[in-house]
Amino acid sequence: MPTPSRYWREIPQRYRLEAEKCKGCGLILFPPRLVCPQCGKREFEKTKLAGTGKLLTYTVIRVAPEGFEDQSPYAVGIAELDDGARLTAQVVDCDFSRLKVGLRVKLEFRKIHEDGAAGVIHYGYKFVPE
Amino acid sequence: MRDVAVIGLGMTKWGELWAKPLRTIFVEAALLAIEDAGLDRIDSMVVGCMSSGLFVGQEHLASLLSDYLGRIPIPAARVESACSSGGLALRQGFIEVASGMSDVVLVGGVEKMTDVTGCEATFALGTAADQEYESYQGLTFPGLYAMMAVAHMHRYGTTRDQLSMVAVKNHDNGSKNPLAQFPSKVTVEMVNQSVLVADPLRILDCSPITDGAAAVVLCPLDMAKRMKRPAIRITGSGHATDTISLSSRKDITRLESTHIAAGKALAMAGRKIEDMDLFEVHDCFTIAEIMITEALGLAAPGQGGKAVEEGVTGLRGKHPVNPSGGLKSKGHPVGATGVAQAVEVVKQLRGEAGERQVKGAKRGLTQNMGGTGGSALVHVFEAD
Repeated sequence: MPTPSRYWREIPQRYRLEAEKCKGCGLILFPPRLVCPQCGKREFEKTKLAGTGKLLTYTVIRVAPEGFEDQSPYAVGIAELDDGARLTAQVVDCDFSRLKVGLRVKLEFRKIHEDGAAGVIHYGYKFVPE
Repeated sequence: MRDVAVIGLGMTKWGELWAKPLRTIFVEAALLAIEDAGLDRIDSMVVGCMSSGLFVGQEHLASLLSDYLGRIPIPAARVESACSSGGLALRQGFIEVASGMSDVVLVGGVEKMTDVTGCEATFALGTAADQEYESYQGLTFPGLYAMMAVAHMHRYGTTRDQLSMVAVKNHDNGSKNPLAQFPSKVTVEMVNQSVLVADPLRILDCSPITDGAAAVVLCPLDMAKRMKRPAIRITGSGHATDTISLSSRKDITRLESTHIAAGKALAMAGRKIEDMDLFEVHDCFTIAEIMITEALGLAAPGQGGKAVEEGVTGLRGKHPVNPSGGLKSKGHPVGATGVAQAVEVVKQLRGEAGERQVKGAKRGLTQNMGGTGGSALVHVFEAD
């Protein structure tokens, strides 16, 4: 089990959707980076991800990895947010039959999983149909 | 740079090898390659292995394997690039011989995957994805490829049956390969009705969990010409990276790293893709082979499904893809796969592939990739 620091340092992104916008080309970086992968600039301004977007693709995971066994089956998707950022998250509160490319979703703060009975409870964002 | 030849091939039957530890699996393949080369000399060794740490709790692998091969104190390095670790080992061995740094280099690949439970193996393989932003959300490798499949089907109309036809073709080929883990034939109906792993991918869309190793011996072409085995040259090597996070890709229906690596390898060889007589590619999932045929230029973008449906990629088709049975049927011990692809292509170019021989094959290409295409290795092989 990793130490809590590994979890704690990602909190700004996972809880508050903190991102950066490149001052060179305007690309939204999530998570933040030291170098813009598009233009190579190294200056950014803080921003927050748009809370809404649309699904680019999705799947339903039926064979889960360690730590997610008790949640399967669950849906996961990649969405493009309204600010152009793309991210991966579970799609919840949504019948699997409603999943489709283009589905409008919003980001909500949810529990992701637990490190066993005594470990850290991991939180983060999930997609919910708008 | 010196011309480089493959002079020895080694591979054992792959499968769930409960009775054998990683070191034995590796040494068996390595000994076969050395014996096949007919040369009792190894100057250096490169081993591809994705995750002996997570699968069997063993790091410092290259020295362990050099010891058990009885070759201490030769230099030995383990390289890692997820599922393309084997392809990367081949490239490093190629560079070492081409540069003149070493003459006889053993390139091996190995993975021992069945010492952990299915959930643990799924987790270990998942470390090839972005741990903090993909795996954290509960994503798996079948899940990532399933999302590529959904996007490809949505954009290009690729069908469920076309995915299944990749599995049918590769199991047909694998049924002619005595070393394949699953040499059983399957039908489109069997694939379509097999259990779902990550929609739309079913268990028969997925390559299996496998224990196995493969090895090749490389040396300068000049030296190879003085020996009794046929010298098959490696004439091109290409390597490229991409984001390991699928969501960061500009286009998730395209394998750009494979396209770039293939372009580099073919340019080095001075060949075009049409010059190749056969292809061993990384069909970790059926959708992967469809996307790879597009990235290599064997099919136009979006037409990879149609290519398999029309038999273009069949064993007797215009562009035979995965005559060995591919990862699907032969098995996918992740670190070994890239080396096993080289074993198959060289076997084909020597005319030693038995029932699955592509007639008159003179040139072949391997394509090995890590994760969802975050790395890609392409090699071109030619018979004189």
